[in-house]
Amino acid sequence: MSDLKIAQSEPLFNSNKKMTYLVLGFFAFLILLPALGPTKFFLHLMIMIFMHAVISQSWNIIGGFSGQISLGHGAFFGIGAYATSFFYVEYGLTPWIGILIGIIVCAIVAILIGIPMLRLSGHYFAIATLLVGISFQIIFQRWDLVGAASGLWVPLTSEDSLYAIQFHSSKVPYYYLFLIFFTIIFFITWLISRSKLGYRLRAVRDDAQAAQSLGIDVAKHKIIAFAISAMMMSPMGSLFAQYILIVDPDRMFNFEISIIALLITVLGGIGYVWGPLVGTLILIPLAEYARIFFGGTGGAVDLMVYGIVLMFICIFKPSGIISFLPNHILHREKMR
Amino acid sequence: MSILKVENLSKSFGGIHANQDISFEVQAGEILGVIGPNGAGKSTLFDLITGFTKPDQGSVIFEGKNIFGFRPDKISNLGVGRTFQKLKPFADQTLLENVMIGAFSKESNQKVARDKALEIIEFVQLLEKRHHYAKELSTGQRKRLELARALATDPKLLLMDEVTGGVDQKTIPGLVELVKKLRERGVTVITIEHNINIIMDISNHVLALDQGKKIAFGIPKEIQNNQKVIDAYLGTIDAA
Repeated sequence: MSDLKIAQSEPLFNSNKKMTYLVLGFFAFLILLPALGPTKFFLHLMIMIFMHAVISQSWNIIGGFSGQISLGHGAFFGIGAYATSFFYVEYGLTPWIGILIGIIVCAIVAILIGIPMLRLSGHYFAIATLLVGISFQIIFQRWDLVGAASGLWVPLTSEDSLYAIQFHSSKVPYYYLFLIFFTIIFFITWLISRSKLGYRLRAVRDDAQAAQSLGIDVAKHKIIAFAISAMMMSPMGSLFAQYILIVDPDRMFNFEISIIALLITVLGGIGYVWGPLVGTLILIPLAEYARIFFGGTGGAVDLMVYGIVLMFICIFKPSGIISFLPNHILHREKMR
Repeated sequence: MSILKVENLSKSFGGIHANQDISFEVQAGEILGVIGPNGAGKSTLFDLITGFTKPDQGSVIFEGKNIFGFRPDKISNLGVGRTFQKLKPFADQTLLENVMIGAFSKESNQKVARDKALEIIEFVQLLEKRHHYAKELSTGQRKRLELARALATDPKLLLMDEVTGGVDQKTIPGLVELVKKLRERGVTVITIEHNINIIMDISNHVLALDQGKKIAFGIPKEIQNNQKVIDAYLGTIDAA
């Protein structure tokens, strides 16, 4: 057999059995976890982990895949939250359809603001997204139809309801809901990362001119990435709204959501499929335990710890905690 | 039959005429060498043809179609490939991934794209390096990478900016052989090259530029003896 034939008979992707089992085992554990009788707090912690992992993954698609730093991604979280709550409160529409509406609206908004904004490069794109994020909050604070500054209070059902996505007796249904979305969105990301689209997005990120010379429409690909990213963010807003059942502009369009997505991704490993999860597993428990430990008096302690951790990562491991993994495994699981 | 016809192409940056009224034709299947001293406008000409710089006026007819002012990706998809003087590999991707990105321009199936990429990597004689990251390759190897990546898009016309620039002497003959083999593959080539011996060796025709203007066009022998070309390179007597 010639060298070429040998090379062509190699598998498209090296599969590492150990890693595959590790990932499958991890998900099996997540499915069985509620049966182990975890505390309410622990379930809450896991829900927050799923949510933040997805929020960061959404950010990773635009920040890690196509290389655009967005500082206004919280806007899509808010749109998702309002889409489900508004239609349920006003028309009694099931939040399931609300989730879909949120995703569609986010895609449209992403395309509409993406077309002019993605022409901006580097800092200018970041600044523009920052302002878009803030403007959304201001608009919703003044928009009477959606309750303006006081927001929307979702009327509680008398008992648990899958139709209304409200569960009062236990956190377990929420746990599974978030787990399902987390799994689907990570799976989609994993698929994208090894698809033609993934290759082309990485090309756009690494060198836009070279990408163009290979026939890639750079603007179109950036917009596609932005839209996918927005569509991933939206259901997290929707589910979080169903989780706390209060939707207001200060909470749902909070600037912190945009920032934390970035922090987690950079900490975990920007551009890697599993980077956002690694970052989340470190930062979210830290934040939640710090909240318990220090209570109201030390509200910002977790942020100080974030800052210190991030500083060390930036100095010693700029490609994120995930890059402590050996190279051959990383290569397979990367987007970069 | 001419594959590319450039007519009165002009571009100025501010007051500087980077390209002025340039016209020439490229025949299908040939190698056209472009020469000229630094600042003659060679790279600008490439950028104008491939759409990376918007021309001011003139026309660029590729296979009978005016592609003047088209976007670079559209021009690439029509069958005009290019490499860059300042190399632009996707540094954090492997050689194979780099070339696959090129192959994806015409091919959506991953396996087909991968196999095609491998075939081209073999053509540029880097098969054993296929899983190396682009940043780990030497300059000569990266030139081959860029060539392979551009070839993977199935160009009918390939513009190569400084094939042998910046590589060591030992690497040059191999690269030159590759360019010659391109012609055998049926790819029409326009190449910028500083080494006159190489240009004379490989080109069917030579286009000479100086200060943004065409000063000569013809077969290598004619160019070698053209007084304007000699002056451009050595300077005229009263300038010295």
